[in-house]
Amino acid sequence: MKRLTTLLSALVGLMSTNVFAEYGLNLTEGVTSVSKDIYDLHMLVFWICVAIAVVVFGVMFYSVFAHRKSKGAVAANFHESTKAELAWTIIPIIILVAMAIPATKVLIDIEDTSKAEMTVKITGHQWKWQYDYPEEGISFISNLSQDSKDAVNGTDADREKANNYLLDVDKRLVLPVDTSVRFLVTSSDVIHNWWVHEFGVKQDANPGFINDAWAKIDKIGTYRGQCAELCGKDHGFMPIVVDVVSKADYAKWVSEQQAAAKAAADSANKTWTKDELMAQGKSVYNTNCAGCHKADGSGMPPVFPPMIGSPIANGAAADHIAMVLHGKGAMPAFKMLGDADLASVITYERNAFGNTGSVVQPSDVKSAR
Amino acid sequence: MTTAAASHDDHHHGPEKGLMRWVKTTNHKDIGSLYMWFAFTMLLIGGALAMGIRAELLQPGIQLMDPQFFNSLTTMHGLIMVFGAIMPAFVGLGNWLIPMMVGAPDMALPRMNNWSFWILPFAGGILLSTFFMEGGAPAFGWTFYAPLSTTFAPDSTDFFIFAVHLLGFSSIMGAINIIATVLNMRAPEMKLMDMPLFVWTWLITSFLLIGAMPVLAGAVTMMLTDRNFGTAFFDATGGGDPVLFQHIFWFFGHPEVYIMILPAFGVVSHIIPTFARKPLFGYSSMVYATASIAFLSYIVWAHHMFLTGMPVAGELYFMYATMLIAVPTGVKVFNWISTMWRGSMTFETPMLWAVSFVFLFTIGGFSGLMLGIVPADIQYHDTYFVVAHFHYVLVTGALWSIIAATFYWLPKWTGKMYNESLSKVHFWWAMISVNVLFFPQHFLGLAGMPRRIPDYALQFADFNYISSIGGFAFGASFILLTYIVIDCVRNGKPASARPWEGAKGLEWTLEPKAQYHSFNKPPSRKLILEESQNS
Repeated sequence: MKRLTTLLSALVGLMSTNVFAEYGLNLTEGVTSVSKDIYDLHMLVFWICVAIAVVVFGVMFYSVFAHRKSKGAVAANFHESTKAELAWTIIPIIILVAMAIPATKVLIDIEDTSKAEMTVKITGHQWKWQYDYPEEGISFISNLSQDSKDAVNGTDADREKANNYLLDVDKRLVLPVDTSVRFLVTSSDVIHNWWVHEFGVKQDANPGFINDAWAKIDKIGTYRGQCAELCGKDHGFMPIVVDVVSKADYAKWVSEQQAAAKAAADSANKTWTKDELMAQGKSVYNTNCAGCHKADGSGMPPVFPPMIGSPIANGAAADHIAMVLHGKGAMPAFKMLGDADLASVITYERNAFGNTGSVVQPSDVKSAR
Repeated sequence: MTTAAASHDDHHHGPEKGLMRWVKTTNHKDIGSLYMWFAFTMLLIGGALAMGIRAELLQPGIQLMDPQFFNSLTTMHGLIMVFGAIMPAFVGLGNWLIPMMVGAPDMALPRMNNWSFWILPFAGGILLSTFFMEGGAPAFGWTFYAPLSTTFAPDSTDFFIFAVHLLGFSSIMGAINIIATVLNMRAPEMKLMDMPLFVWTWLITSFLLIGAMPVLAGAVTMMLTDRNFGTAFFDATGGGDPVLFQHIFWFFGHPEVYIMILPAFGVVSHIIPTFARKPLFGYSSMVYATASIAFLSYIVWAHHMFLTGMPVAGELYFMYATMLIAVPTGVKVFNWISTMWRGSMTFETPMLWAVSFVFLFTIGGFSGLMLGIVPADIQYHDTYFVVAHFHYVLVTGALWSIIAATFYWLPKWTGKMYNESLSKVHFWWAMISVNVLFFPQHFLGLAGMPRRIPDYALQFADFNYISSIGGFAFGASFILLTYIVIDCVRNGKPASARPWEGAKGLEWTLEPKAQYHSFNKPPSRKLILEESQNS
């Protein structure tokens, strides 16, 4: 009922620009030169369509009201006019050319990625994004944040409380402002699409191929997007969050990330205790596996098998490692995770939920790759 | 000889009695009715799936189904509506109307006609049975992009492939039959440019079907071998290319779009002149526009693929070619409006649907033009803006024309009149609710809501709520439509042979309920000219 009243008041005030903004009736102008060009083109084409519609529908509805039998209209008998037919063939062509010229200019600018100052490689996985900064040696995976995951099957209050429900991640892409960034977009499994509305960047991520796109972001801030190509069960749950920061903050962030990467590489070389593996494994499991196999290991049979009593989790470690690394059918491959994360999550699956499998060390995963 | 003569006479008395009449029939009217009832049943099933989709999207959060099942619903909704409802309904209309309109006794290939219909229930049954299989129904969208539909798909996908093959056989046979009927069974005195527009549009559509359906068969066969026999057409790790799938699919898929709309143009070109009591404006330009749309439909397929990483020259070509389609389509809209102009119009139910078609289909055309502009398409692609666009052209375009045609020719099919006031209530109910359903989806798409998601961010909640309410109301309108049609068949008042004052066409010269074999003697040149749209 509350929603209905807000709706009614919105519809009453539909013409005020304030409501336009609040209810998101139109494209955003965005924060890159490309997104602004696209917005201008969109508005141009939109108003041309509105103008044509006013004329065409105006004539049609005038006729509907005026040329009625009940008003005594007598039917004329004309049924062709070469002049009229020529006019409504040629005039639309002229209008189309007028639209095509600016569209061509904008398109050529969008497709020119040669002026990039830095590169980020984006890899789509079912159902998360991986970001690599090849020049800086940084790599991480970005998942839907936990509070959104919890709220999906929760109450309205949970969703209100969750930070940017469904549009928040555990680890954000960080980019410097006023820098031309080239995105190299690819995928490890099915086709995904990396889309940030406010950048005017939307690019298919094709497995086995690399596409590129670029953005030069004018404004510091946080920008959110989503996967825009159906990629399986959790297509709706792999958002994108980009923090655009000052160049100084970006440099600081890069050095922090490089230090963290070094620490992670060191930890993969040591031998872990079972408790350490189980503790880390639980968090990796909840992030990557619980979507299908459920946090309590019950799965969603018949599509997604349960972990409890699973023949793979209770069988040979090598088979289990192979399944998680390479996937099978609906089960995605997880080889993009680090050795330590994989060893811990496999150990967790083999020893939680009443399972009785062996302990797997990062070195086992490394040699199995 | 006497027995042969007797059985020959029997043949003219009419159909067999009972169920076997429908199984064994080779009569174009019986088969037309079978197609129409099958299409209507599939429309209700596909509509029920859509109700499931809108129910889940009524509010944020996952309430009713897991996301995989949601994907199955969107996939099966699309497949059933395209292959089960819209296409068979047009083949049904073609079966019923084309022999009557060209002065023929029946279709040219009656036994094949029987076969092409009876494949459909089995294909539809196989497709629907996937819901009950382990792993669930296909869940990769009606466009079934590889590799989601190959390496990552449920086992039921092989049944889906078989069903698509069967549906394709059926469509190709239907198309061959229509071409053979129009070219060989047409009254000897009827020239091509005397033919009614519905016949013209169907003739051109048949060539689209024959060109496009084998390409679809190729696509699903490559999927089949990729899935089961170790090929790698669409798998990059084996040297294939997933984008190749999209090229093949849309080389079928774009002509398919026009397969679903050209016969609709034909229907509307009959109804508007009738109720404007004025000849169709620009008959020959209508024919040429239809042919140019059909030609263009083969050379614009990659405008569905602007984001796949196409080179800029490819994008420019496909943008220009796509924009060109606006020209012949515009010609059609202008001709319809010129037909209405200075007419003497009345608004019986078929006319309401036809005028509403021109209005709403044109809105879908405008959003189509916007989508053709590549830079803007970057923002629109795979959002609800696209969903709104193709529902405006397919629901308020194709489906609207099918409903209009049903009301327009129902008196000729049944010899009875439907309930006019109830039908007008139904029209306004559907007209208002369909716009409440689909118009807000434009806003959702522009604001950034992707399509094919089972749950959404909170800023999209209000328009989804409105859209779902509109969806439920629109769905309910089909209960009334079912009642109106059954009521007409059972209790309708007798209709005259030409129930519409301004109607032209050979079909109206037949008995009020068209006789079982339409024209046993070909109509004369004089009659053909009197009833021609090209006056």
